[in-house]
Amino acid sequence: MLKINNLHVSVADKPILKGLTLDVPAGEVHAVMGPNGAGKSTLGYSLSGRPGYEVTDGSASWNGIDLLDIEPAERAAAGLFLSFQYPIEIPGVPAMTFIRTALNAQKRARGEDEVSAPAFLKLVKAASQSLKMDFDMLKRPLNVGFSGGEKKRMEILQMALLEPSLLILDETDSGLDIDALRIVADGVNAMRSPERSMLVITHYQRLLDYIKPDRVHVLAGGRIVASGGPELAHELEAEGYDKFLPEAA
Amino acid sequence: MAIVQETIDTVAELERYKYGFTTDVEQEFAPKGLNPDIIRFISDKKGEPEWMLEWRLAAYERWLAMEEPTWSAVKYEPVDYQDLYYYAAPVKKEGPKSLDEVDPELLAVYAKLGIPLKEQEVLAGVQGAPKVAVDAVFDSVSVVTTFKEELAKHGVIFMPISEALREYPDLVRQYLGTVVPVSDNYFAALNSAVFSDGSFVYIPPGVRCPMELSTYFRINASQTGQFERTLIIADKGSYVSYLEGCTAPMRDENQLHAAVVEIIALDDAEVKYSTVQNWYPGDAEGKGGIYNFVTKRADCRGDRSKVSWTQVETGSAVTWKYPSCILKGEESSGEFYSIAITNGHQQADTGTKMLHLGKNSRSRIIAKTVSAGKSDSTYRGLVSIHPKATGVRNFTQCDSLLIGKECGAHTIPYIEVRNGSAQLEHEATTTRLSEAQLFYAQQRGLSEEEAVALLVNGFVRDVLQELPMEFAVEAQKLVAISLEGSVG
Repeated sequence: MLKINNLHVSVADKPILKGLTLDVPAGEVHAVMGPNGAGKSTLGYSLSGRPGYEVTDGSASWNGIDLLDIEPAERAAAGLFLSFQYPIEIPGVPAMTFIRTALNAQKRARGEDEVSAPAFLKLVKAASQSLKMDFDMLKRPLNVGFSGGEKKRMEILQMALLEPSLLILDETDSGLDIDALRIVADGVNAMRSPERSMLVITHYQRLLDYIKPDRVHVLAGGRIVASGGPELAHELEAEGYDKFLPEAA
Repeated sequence: MAIVQETIDTVAELERYKYGFTTDVEQEFAPKGLNPDIIRFISDKKGEPEWMLEWRLAAYERWLAMEEPTWSAVKYEPVDYQDLYYYAAPVKKEGPKSLDEVDPELLAVYAKLGIPLKEQEVLAGVQGAPKVAVDAVFDSVSVVTTFKEELAKHGVIFMPISEALREYPDLVRQYLGTVVPVSDNYFAALNSAVFSDGSFVYIPPGVRCPMELSTYFRINASQTGQFERTLIIADKGSYVSYLEGCTAPMRDENQLHAAVVEIIALDDAEVKYSTVQNWYPGDAEGKGGIYNFVTKRADCRGDRSKVSWTQVETGSAVTWKYPSCILKGEESSGEFYSIAITNGHQQADTGTKMLHLGKNSRSRIIAKTVSAGKSDSTYRGLVSIHPKATGVRNFTQCDSLLIGKECGAHTIPYIEVRNGSAQLEHEATTTRLSEAQLFYAQQRGLSEEEAVALLVNGFVRDVLQELPMEFAVEAQKLVAISLEGSVG
């Protein structure tokens, strides 16, 4: 279970999250929706430990592990995966090399056996097929010259191969056409399991037609201001965020 | 791909500079200081012909009249040339005929080093070890050369230059100093006067050398300068790939390494020269370390001849080195691929000179500079096109990567074009290792140091691909090791 309690986060001394509290039980998918500037990306970055996102108060734990107390790589090894809104280009490092290096680093950290090159190749081939990705793309430097949609698929491919238990998807729908959205959503849905928790951060309700959330939360002014079932997403789509903006809240 | 993984795997296991041991091998020294008597001593020890002694003494006279160069960007404590040993040799009764006769302490050194390649296996004659002929130079003396007989079957000569001076004096005399004249520069003149050993290679016409040739340099004795001299002659239509590796123990004082490498490529000959330089870089405060002042030059004398320099420079306190090509032959070609990594207080001023004299000659330069810590790195290069050289082409790419906020990177390309038909391209970039890239890799499970190693290996990948396979593996490990502690 992901437990976030009274989380306060500042970026360059400016408070962005101001007492965010949220629980995502194992096996559930929760959506976090909110207007631009509400602190949605900050939530993902601070949970994963990006430098510059300073936690000033509160706590966050995953299955009892205090996330805020450990390094980003340790959080990854503990099962946390953040799918980036804007995936980063890594020149000179083939995608496959990058993923295998990451996977084996995580396995080492958990005291598991590393995956051999041939076994990994098999895994990658299967995963890339189900995401309808050209296998040759995996031999190219990671994300370099990829289209927005290709980068998002590459994120989901990494997620499938790294098999995280806590999945945070940051605006995964942005930059995707409807076909790509469906493929990506299928990839995400395939990972739903009783052990996994997912936090789907999105501005639009559209993605939630494909990835059905158990709960929907509204993030505005750095806090969760409303929570409800999937119907809340439709309400937001129809009425907008106005009534949740800080002045109204 | 597996190589990157291997890099990551080894990072944790290796100390920062694992080659920092000294070996208690019985040494024979000449007295400290430099004068004609020392030069006579060295020449006599080597049983050299008279003309060689004359050559050395002439070089010494030239050296006395020269000033130490100050034009480069490196700063270092002046060297007291009278306070150095110019000759230090492991004591041996007779030259080793086989490995059994080599001092076991020495073999232990090579076992401990483990780089480059699998030399210890090669030296130990392990079955199935890669076939690489190795010439190991320990302080001033070549200790052991392997695979001599097998090479001889192909007519390839690979031996210590001191031996070549006795066995093939005419061949040495014909070529020695013809690429780097004694008066070329201060350090080359010094080397010409006092060099005590190095490797000699001759590949006969039409022969493709059946294995990689490798020289392994090690400075061991304290307060000793190492001045090795390498001479490689590739006769018409021949090919050779040559590897050079270097390490030294950790010592408080700065040690001087002033080598000269000369390569001659005749018509249609090709020479590939690769270096992985990992001299001791000094400690975290910048104390100690090797002064690496090296002159390396290739003469593409023949038409369609080709020389390619590939270097991975991770060691030394101060590096001053410009492997160059004189492209005399028509359609001759020169290549320079370089990775220079500096960390701590290291300084490097390195690059190349491509001198185009022949028609339709080509050159290609790819230099990757990585600076971390408080280090400072300069790429300095010259591309010069002679008035009579028509149809020349050059491509130059210089990329610098900065890690942290206290390091420096500089690119100084000189271009002289005296023929309007030349086509030159120059690309240069400077980037800082981005926080976003580092975090992205860390989010996927890499520690900060693993992330740096992976990103830097990506940055230098174009050049790593030019290295022979075993060296590429070694180089990737070095990239990771030399950047330890560069962030955070």
